[in-house]
This record gives sequence, structure tokens and C-alpha cells, in this order.
Amino acid sequence: MSLTTADRISLARPFRWPRLSRARWLSPVLLLALWELGSRFGVIPERVLAAPSTVAETFWALTISGELPANLLVSLARALAGLTIALIVAVTLGLISGLSRLGETAIDPLMQIKRTIPSLALTPLFIVWFGIGETPKIALIAVATTFPIYLNLFAGVRGIDVRLVEAARSFGLSDWSLVREVILPGALPSFFVGLRYALGVSVLVLVVAEQINAQAGLGHLINNARDFMRTDIIVVCLLVYALLGLGADAFVRTLERRALAWRPSLVEQ
Amino acid sequence: MVQPRIRRRAFDAVTPAPAAAPVAPAVKLTGFVRQFGANRVIDGLDLSIAPGEFVALLGASGSGKTTLLRTLAGLDPVGDQDVTTPDTRAVVFQDARLLPWKKVWRNVALGLKDKGVRARAEAALKEVGLGHRLDAWPSTLSGGEAQRTALARALVREPGLLLLDEPFAALDALTRLKMHDLVLNLWNEHRPAVLLVTHDVDEAIALADRVLVLNKGRIAAEERIALERPRAPDARFQAVRRRLLGHLGVEAPASHEAALVAFPSGEAVQ
Repeated sequence: MSLTTADRISLARPFRWPRLSRARWLSPVLLLALWELGSRFGVIPERVLAAPSTVAETFWALTISGELPANLLVSLARALAGLTIALIVAVTLGLISGLSRLGETAIDPLMQIKRTIPSLALTPLFIVWFGIGETPKIALIAVATTFPIYLNLFAGVRGIDVRLVEAARSFGLSDWSLVREVILPGALPSFFVGLRYALGVSVLVLVVAEQINAQAGLGHLINNARDFMRTDIIVVCLLVYALLGLGADAFVRTLERRALAWRPSLVEQ
Repeated sequence: MVQPRIRRRAFDAVTPAPAAAPVAPAVKLTGFVRQFGANRVIDGLDLSIAPGEFVALLGASGSGKTTLLRTLAGLDPVGDQDVTTPDTRAVVFQDARLLPWKKVWRNVALGLKDKGVRARAEAALKEVGLGHRLDAWPSTLSGGEAQRTALARALVREPGLLLLDEPFAALDALTRLKMHDLVLNLWNEHRPAVLLVTHDVDEAIALADRVLVLNKGRIAAEERIALERPRAPDARFQAVRRRLLGHLGVEAPASHEAALVAFPSGEAVQ
């Protein structure tokens, strides 16, 4: 008897629209649809902005022709080269400065002066020094990403719980073993904050650096597209830049999850 | 990280002597002074601890307890003063001070370099009843488990001197009693000289061979506890406690009801 009642109730339930109050995907999709419609009906001319469908086709075409992957690799290699230099320099300086008063006195003022100069403003000087080849591009990325890594590592080293250092010393750890077992692991969470920031900066600087007479790379692709007014290719490259940023962030997150597994997290993953 | 210059004397370095020669003390300080600016924290202190002796150090806050412990642990510089300690010393702090990025067994093995450290750490952890938490992260341990890990970390080095800096102060009363038993068992097993810094009079009487009262940087009083372990809070226990409370400047209670009030730690015996 109760079953039939339940059936009747479920049958009687009126049709409900899917709940839209939390549909965060809706507005971007609507915008995309309006953009597509605008292009189809000629409201948005091709030379101003290509239609989303055209962009998608171009993306596919550039990918299978190998043009996009090849240029992407060139850009990635530049970013990686710059970041590698920055990592070596920033970790060395951050440790020297973080571990000794003398090191801080010697290094920190220089780094702070460097911080006040916008890295991108160095572009003309770097062109004068290094020409218009690969060197100024990599140098710009290295210079711009050094500071965030340095500053966060320095703060991480200085923020170590001195009671832990003292306990480790009482168990016979000294100098290098103390740095390796206690100070570096303790500074790691801060270091990752710096690394994430540096990866974001590297993509930003990459965009500007590749405007310098690039013969290959995403910047080269964009510059060519500009000359031929291929707005579809320009949009494809913008998308790839965005994906690069997302990818870099996901990469560091994965590293963090592995290296910081010991940390009790405030928010459940 | 400059290691303090401490003159150390190994136990077995005693030259063959007449049969009645006393055993060389594990710890010896004579007229020791420690000063911060104009403030003399330790002022002409004499201390001697025999190998395998369990000594408790009582004193109010600011009496120099922790300073003395840090000196014996080699964490503070001693200048050219005469300080004798065993080569191997280990500290258990009030907060366990485990490295949160090392699993429990690696914390126990911290600083050990020879082969088979995992086996040694495992044995030490089993001894404190934590054989099942070898691969746990320290952040997942309870307060008592963390402190037991700290004990294992200290004992795995087979120290000649075990320094305990109020190691049970942050634990609940029940866990603290269990820890007392554990510490006594481990001490019986390994026989290091022990210096327990505490401000809990009952704890000192329950555990130590000898209780020292530190006041204004000097040993103000000394009580040898000749009671057999485990120690029940009987009349003799109460007598020792009254005397120690008197040394500490606390009005010696006339009755057990009054004793309940007199204990700052809240751990009443009755």
C-alpha cells in the first residue's frame, strides 16, 4: 500500500528545470555562442576577430601540420632555460642570505634594488648587450623569475622553527646535515609558493621576450599572424599561452602533493 | 653552529685505582656560572650525578632549571668552565620536537649514520609501544605517542646521560602516569644517568633516586629518596613531599585536603 503511494508521488512530481543558480559554465558558453553568432551574421568581421569555430579548425590544422607543436617546444625550451638559470641563482643566493647574517647583509640589498626595476624594462638594455638572438629572451626570463624564488626561499629559511633546529643539534646534526635534514625541508612549502609565482612570471615574460625578432616560437607565430591579419592564429596562440599557465600550475601542484605529503591540510583534497 | 667546548670524560677512562675508589661521576659541575647580561641565572652551582643515577631537579619558573639542562645538553656555550658530561647525551623536550617532514622511524633515526638504522629505530619504537606507527607522519600522533617517539629517539642512541625537560607537563594525568612507568622501565633497561627537570613534586618523588631543589641558580636543597619502587603515596612519601614543598617555599600542608590545593600541576595523589 505504501509502495503505491510512493509511486504516485514520484509520478506526480512536476518536471523541474536543471538548477541554473550554480551553473558557472553557463555565462562563458553563452558568450561563446554570441561570438559565434556575431561572426556568422557578419557583425564581427573576420579581420577583427575570427569565429570560435574557425579558431578551433585552425587549432586542429596547426596541430596536425606540426607547426604549433614545433613552435610551442621552442617557447617551452626558452622558458625552461630561463627558469633553470633562475633556480640555480635564486636557490644559491637565498640559502646564503637565509643562513647567515653576513650573507643577508651582502645579498639582500642587491636583490631588493633589483626588485624595484621592472624586469621587462630591461628589454632594450638586454637587446643592446645580447643582440636579438636567444640570449636576451632567456636572460629576461631568468632575471624576472629569480626574485620570487629567492624571496620565498629566504623567508622559508628564516621562518624555520628554531626549536626543531635546536633539537636536531642536540642529536648531533651540524652544518650541512642540519641544512639538508631540517632547514631545506622546512623551507620547502615557501619555496613552492615562489616556484609557482615564478612559473606564472615566466609565461608573462615569454610573451614579451618573443616579440624580439623571434624566428620560431609562439611569439613568432603571433607576429606572422599579425602581419597577415590572421586573427584565428592569434587567438590560438593566446589559448596556448593560457594553457601553458594552467599546465605550469598543475605541475607545481603535483610536485607539492608529493613533496609535502607530511603536511596536514587545512582543506580536504 | 659552534659546538660548546666541554671537557668530557669517558666512563672507562678511570685509571686503575685502589679498590675503594669512588666511581667517576657521569656529570660534574663545580662552581658553574651562567650569566645573561647582568642577570646571573646560574650562580656558583655544584652538581654531581653518578652513572645510572636518576636525579630530579625541582624549581620554580626562572630558577635556572632549563638553563642548567641546556648546558648539560651542550646547547649553550660554557666558556672555559669545568663541565664534565658523558659523550653521548640525549634530550627529551617538553614539546616532542619531531621533524614533521620525516616519518616516525626516520625521526628516531635522526643523525644516526651506521648501517641498520631502520632496525634500530624499529626496536626502540617497539620498546616504547609504537611498533605499529613506524611509517606514520608525526602530525598524526597523539601527544603521548609523540612524547614516546621522542623517548625512543633519545634512547636509540644509548646515551650516558638522558636529559628530560618537563617531558610530561603537556600530557593528561592518565597518560602521564603511564609515561612514568615507561620511563622507569626504560631506565632500568638501559641505565643511563637521568636528569629530570620538572615542577611537579609528586613526579619527582615517584621517579628519582635524588631530588634537587634549584633556587636562584644554586642547589638550595637535596633529598635522597630511599623508598622502593613503585612508590605508593604513603606516609613516608608524604613526609618527603612536605619537606620538598617547604624547600620550595610552599606552606607545608597539615592535612591531605590541603595537599590537593598545593599542587600546581593538578595531579593530586589522594
